[in-house]
Amino acid sequence: MIRLDNVTKVYARGARPALDDVSLEIERGEFVFLVGASGSGKSTFLRLVLREEKATSGRVLVAGNDLTSLSNWKVPTLRRHIGAVFQDFRLLPNKTVFENVAFALQVIGKPKHHIMTTVPDVLEMVGLAGKEKRRPHELSGGEQQRVAIARAFVNRPSILLCDEPTGNLDPTTSLGIMRLLDRINRTGTTVVMATHDDEIVDQMRKRVIELSTGELVRDQTRGVYGSSR
Amino acid sequence: MRFQFILSEIGIGLRRNLSMTISVILVTFVSLTFVGAAILTQTQIQKLKGEWYDKVEITVYLCPRDSTVPTCADGEATQEQIDDIKQVLDSPEVKPEIKTVEFESKEQAWKSFEENFSDRWWFSEMSVEDMNASFRIKLTNPQQYEVINEVLTGRAGVEEVRDQREVYQPLFNVMNKATLVASGLAGVMLLAAVLLITTTIRLSAMSRKRETSIMRLVGASNIFIQLPFMLEGAIAATLGAGLAVLALWFGVRYLIQGWLETSMDTIAVPYITTGDVLFIAPLLIGVAVALAAISSIVTLSRYTKV
Repeated sequence: MIRLDNVTKVYARGARPALDDVSLEIERGEFVFLVGASGSGKSTFLRLVLREEKATSGRVLVAGNDLTSLSNWKVPTLRRHIGAVFQDFRLLPNKTVFENVAFALQVIGKPKHHIMTTVPDVLEMVGLAGKEKRRPHELSGGEQQRVAIARAFVNRPSILLCDEPTGNLDPTTSLGIMRLLDRINRTGTTVVMATHDDEIVDQMRKRVIELSTGELVRDQTRGVYGSSR
Repeated sequence: MRFQFILSEIGIGLRRNLSMTISVILVTFVSLTFVGAAILTQTQIQKLKGEWYDKVEITVYLCPRDSTVPTCADGEATQEQIDDIKQVLDSPEVKPEIKTVEFESKEQAWKSFEENFSDRWWFSEMSVEDMNASFRIKLTNPQQYEVINEVLTGRAGVEEVRDQREVYQPLFNVMNKATLVASGLAGVMLLAAVLLITTTIRLSAMSRKRETSIMRLVGASNIFIQLPFMLEGAIAATLGAGLAVLALWFGVRYLIQGWLETSMDTIAVPYITTGDVLFIAPLLIGVAVALAAISSIVTLSRYTKV
């Protein structure tokens, strides 16, 4: 589903590479934790997959597309197959829960009847049934993240990228979010989650990819957060 | 769905930047009014030329009794000289250029002079002998003045060959200068309009950065993200153009048709009409849309990148 072949990313000429000759492959339907200290290259990895950045060298393949040669006008189509969730939720404060999720479908030109049937389904799936008319500031952090996940998942992407989705949440709430991501993963969606949360990684026992100063230092199936533990 | 969504986005954008939107409307309004005024002035010149040049004549003044011009050294033009000029005008080289020729004798000239100026204090100083006999020539093509001028100027008995078009030249000069001034102001204002539209679009794009970043994230196409901003600029500019057309229309309707035409009804000339304003309206609106398009393309390629 996602494949990196000797990928190097340098942001500024002469600077230390954010990713240094990284090769890895993530299969369809996998759940992968991406761990490493701040600045280790986790976010760069996610940005490369979203084609927000282009690799300086090497090849990035996502859902059958070679992103190194993908033309700009095809990027939107690529992103329709990828959902993304962030630590800061990125909801629109002046729109209701329903409108926030519907927005993702409106802007890619889905017909109204499709929106009216799909959005309630996905809101129920993430556990927000009955809160459609609330605005983000009326919701708890966990609920806001569920809205963000609903928005990322409403178009049934084949890949879900999560950049520290539990970074702003307390452990109990985080657990709820992880259960939700696990459910989404079991529908066949590939989930890649960058995180600092060692408890969650240790508990879930999924594949763990560790980056350190841009280099791939560990790729372990059913791994834990810290390799030394 | 799509269309409705874009429309509501435009509405939000225009309202959010209301003061900027208004300034875009006003600046395009003023600049396009100048553009329109320049075009209308030129239209007026063309109309006057069409009308007057049809009427203008070449006047060949014959020598009067005491003239200081060298060709009149022999005194008043003799009948022989007059016949000579007639012959020239009848010659095959000159004749095709001429529509009509009229001869005005001294006495006829005196008569019309008397009618026009008998109440002036200096009239008593004048007599029929001070008048010039003349040929009044109308040309098939008024631009061909030089042909007549060449064959007659310097001929014995001819004091002067005068093209009446020269009389109008100062007026046309003034109008041409007015056109230049209007065009210059229009240029400056158009530049201001482009900069202002650019700034407005940029502000609008920045104030909706959150929305556009989510749009990009979920895979909205570029055109879908950028179209609302482009249309915002285009709508504001078109409104400005509409106001300019309206202002020019009222200007022509009340200043020219309502006031100039009635107060100067002794001089019947064709003035520009509201029809001329409507004729240039599509052009003005086209300029407005082009301005907005250029500004958006320049701005958006930078501020809403993939």
